This record gives sequence, C-alpha cells and structure tokens, in this order.
Amino acid sequence: MEPNQILDRASKLAEQAQALAAEAQTLAVQAKMAAASHVGDAAHGAIDPTVVGLTVFMLACFVGYYVVWRVTPALHSPLMAVTNAISSVIIVGALIAAGPAGFDFAKIMGFVAVILASVNIFGGFIVTHRMLSMFKKKAR
Amino acid sequence: MSTDLSALLYLVSSVLFILALRGLSHPESSRQGNLFGIVGMGLAIVTTLLGPAVLSPWMILLGLVIGGAIGAYVALKIEMTALPQLVAAFHSLVGLAAVCVAVAAFASPDAYGITTAKGIQTSSLIEMGLGVAIGAITFTGSIVAFAKLQGLVGGKPLVFPGQHILNAGLGVLIVLMIIWMVAGQSTAAFVILILVALALGFLLILPIGGADMPVVVSMLNSYSGWAAAGIGFTLHNHLLIVTGALVGASGAILSYVMCKGMNRSIFSVILGGFGGEAAGPAAGGPGGDRAVKSGSPEDAAFIMKNARSVIIVPGYGMAVAQAQHALREMADILKKEGVTISYAIHPVAGRMPGHMNVLLAEANVPYDEVKELEEINRDFAQADVAFVIGANDVTNPAAKTDPQSAIYGMPILDVEKAKTVLFIKRSMASGYAGVDNELFFRDNTMMLFGDAKKVTEEIVHSLG
Repeated sequence: MEPNQILDRASKLAEQAQALAAEAQTLAVQAKMAAASHVGDAAHGAIDPTVVGLTVFMLACFVGYYVVWRVTPALHSPLMAVTNAISSVIIVGALIAAGPAGFDFAKIMGFVAVILASVNIFGGFIVTHRMLSMFKKKAR
Repeated sequence: MSTDLSALLYLVSSVLFILALRGLSHPESSRQGNLFGIVGMGLAIVTTLLGPAVLSPWMILLGLVIGGAIGAYVALKIEMTALPQLVAAFHSLVGLAAVCVAVAAFASPDAYGITTAKGIQTSSLIEMGLGVAIGAITFTGSIVAFAKLQGLVGGKPLVFPGQHILNAGLGVLIVLMIIWMVAGQSTAAFVILILVALALGFLLILPIGGADMPVVVSMLNSYSGWAAAGIGFTLHNHLLIVTGALVGASGAILSYVMCKGMNRSIFSVILGGFGGEAAGPAAGGPGGDRAVKSGSPEDAAFIMKNARSVIIVPGYGMAVAQAQHALREMADILKKEGVTISYAIHPVAGRMPGHMNVLLAEANVPYDEVKELEEINRDFAQADVAFVIGANDVTNPAAKTDPQSAIYGMPILDVEKAKTVLFIKRSMASGYAGVDNELFFRDNTMMLFGDAKKVTEEIVHSLG
C-alpha cells in the first residue's frame, strides 16, 4: 500500500470518528434533556389535562347517577330548577372572559354570558326555594 | 390567589353541589340542600373573581347586578302553574351562556391559557366545538319548548317529510365543521358550526308534541349540563366538568323516568310526531253512541261525603284550570267528615317531572298525602271513590288490556278498581294520545262535565 493511500485513509477515518463523536454528543445531550423533562413530567404530573378532565368527568357522572336516583319523585320539579341553577356555574368561564383590563370582543361576550348566567343563578335558586318552602308536612 | 388554592376551593364548591342534590332525597332536607347549592355557587364566583384572570371587576359586577335583578324578579313573580315554561326559558339561557363563553374563548384563547405555539390546543378545540354545539342546540331547543309550553305556538307536533333526514344531515354537518375547525383553526367553520347547531335545536324540538314536554324539558336539562361540561373541558376547569356531569346525569335520569312512565323509548319521543293537544275526536265521535252516565256536582258531593276513602287523581287539566286550591278545600271538608283522602300522581302527569306535586304543595296539600303510582296503585281496590280531575290517558284501562291501543303497556293508575269513579272532564274528547278512554262507559263511572275548577267549587258548595 502506498504511504499516500494510508495517509488518505487515516484522515478519512479520523473525520468519521469526529462525526461519530459529534453525533454521540448530541445524542447524549438529547438523552439528558429527555431525562430531565421526564423528571419534570413526574414532578408536575403532566398527564394531558384532557385525560385528567375525563377521569373527573366519568367519576362525577357516577356520583350524579347514584345521587339523582335517590331524589324522591315528588321533588323532581325542584331538582330540575336546582340543577338548572347550578349548571349556571358556567359563569366561571364568563368571569374569566369578562375579567381582563382591556376591552375587546371576548370581553363583550363574557359580559353577556355573565348576565345570562346570573339571571339563571338568582332565578333558579329563588324559584327552587319557593317550591321547597311549599312542601309541608301534615299538621297534626 | 394561587392556582392550587382556587382549585381546592372549586373542589369544595363541587362537593357542595353534590350535597345540594343529595338534600332532595327528602322534603325535610331539601331546603338545606338548596342552601348548600347557593353557598357553593357563591364560593365559585368569589374564587374566580379573586383569581389572576380578573383584573377589572366592574363590568362583571354590573352584569351580576343586572342579571341577578332580572332573575330574582322573574322567580319571585312567576305563577307556579307557569313553572315548566320558566324552567325551559332558564335552560335556554344556560345554552346561550355556554355559546358566549365558547365564542369568547375562541376569540381570545390566551386569557384561558389554552394556547400553544400553533394556536389553540387541538383537544381544547374539539371540546370547544362540542360544547358550543350542545349549547346552541340547548338554546334554540329550549326556546321552542318554552313557546310550546307558553302556548305561543301550538302544542301540535310539526311534522314534514324528510325531517329526520334533514336533522341527520345537520348532525353530520356539525361533526364535519368540528373537524374543519380543529384542522384549520378556521373561524368560518366555528361560525357555521354555531349556526347549524342553532338550526338543529329548532328542528329537533318542533316535531315533539305538547304532552311529550316532560321528556323534552328533562332532555334539555341534560343537554345544558353536557354543554357546561364541554366548556369545562375546554377551560380545564374541574368544577365545570363535575357540575356539568351532575346536571347531565340528572336530566338523563329524569328523561328515562318520564319515558318509562309513558312506556315509550327515548328515540320515539325524540323522533316526535306523537299526538298533539286536542287531538282525536270530540264529543259524538267514535263511541259517542255508547251510554255515558253523567252526574251533577251535588251527586258527587253526596257520594264522597258517604265514602270512607277517596283517592284524588290530578292531571294537566287541573293545572290548566288552576283547580288545586278548590281541590284542597274540598279535601279539607271531606277530611272533617271523616273521609280518608290521598292523592295519586302518575309520573308523567303535567308538563314537567313532579309538576303535580308542586301544584298540590302550593295549595298547602301536605306532601305525605301525595303518593306515587307504585305506592298507591293497590289501594284503589279498597277505595270508595277515585276522583279524576284533569287526567285522562294515565287512567285508561286500555293500556293494560288492548294491545292495539297507542298507549298499550303504559303503566296506569288502576282507578277503575275503585267502587265509584268520578271523572271531571270538559267534554268527551280523547286525551293527547288520541285514544278513547273506555273508563267513561263503565257502570261504576260517573262523568262530571265542566271546567275542573268550577265543578270542584260547586262540589265544595254542596258539601258546605
């Protein structure tokens, strides 16, 4: 083998080694980042919020199912009125929309939603109260 | 206020809401339950107001005052007989509020913290689409229900050819719009989605007859819950999700109970077209040639005075005539004569679940005299008099005996087993199901023709 050829090959090998080393380094950095983010995940419990929401939702459905079956049929009208009132808890979303300091489209929408929901909250609870206070026991 | 703290306070609110529903298992605990609900709502609002998202509370307070004043005024003034339409109107407001919140979230997602570098998160977009669609359907559907209950439009079902295909098409269109919206963050898709859902709400409820309203009102109750839950998913707010699920489950159970009370599937109700008010033949129609015994209020007073036990069966007709107060007066006089009085309530009597119970409670009828169908049905055999006021189909024995009947299989009150049946009715017209009631032609039945309130008042007069 010619000395020139050997030199040539050696330099090529050196280049490849260098490239490999660089690649190894980036991989290492990536691995480190992945590991770090994994630790972070565990610390903040970053399961997708939708999955957490779904968990809460399913469990709440079961709670609702069992609680509502225990409601006496005589009180089904007040049940509707009170569920109507508490479903206006959607006002929480409206408050966030109407809350910012500025003034934009979202804020108007939020304002309208606050009015609608509070009609429902006050109306729903008051009408429920009126109904329930009529249910009296037999006077003995 | 830190995020953790507000999340915890929201949790307390959720628990209070559950306790509010739990309280309704008995009339005695129910008032406390309502209080829990109010405290829970107050806590939720204050928590949000103190949160980081609210920088200028003035507009909010203004909105609360305006809305609160309207709500309180309406709730204090409303007649108890107008309750079904009030509830329907309230449902529509929840639906519209859900739409507004979703639109606000779509317009400025940063305020809700649901954005990524590429815009609104995909999951939030899907949830937002579902929430806004259900909200819009609830809104217009409830408006139609309100109009039917208020008598603004006829209770008769509005049916036209191709209706179900049109509705199904709109449903598919909603799904397509949600996909488009998610794929392209498209505002156009969002707007079309809302419009289509609004139209679908109208079309879904229009074909449903007035007497199926108990199911419709319960169903819309359920929808308003699911809409709130959808918005809760969008905003990652667990309080909204829990409350939405509670309300959704509650409405679904009520719909189920109502459907069972009519022995009909939820689908046949939703598809609609069943009966209408004043459907069927009037006096002199089929069966008009058969002999009917009719009596005077004096006869009725005499019979009941000499009875040992009287079971009163109220129906929607009592609500229309506002006869509940006269009825209680009659019952009081009879009780003084030593007659045992009880009330039998069919699950679908009236226009909303529990409608009759509220009206009787309003007239100061003690709730322990008011019995459900399963509780009292056996007692009719021992009763001297069954006093049917404003009810019809729920007493029709054909539901048990005639497989050809439209109401076959529906659980009914066995009034025909009582020694005497007194039946207050305006005319010989059939009920909403359009079915003749063979009870009218029985030997032990005496018809009292006239307005429910007037007849009852005349009975009171003859008793006194």
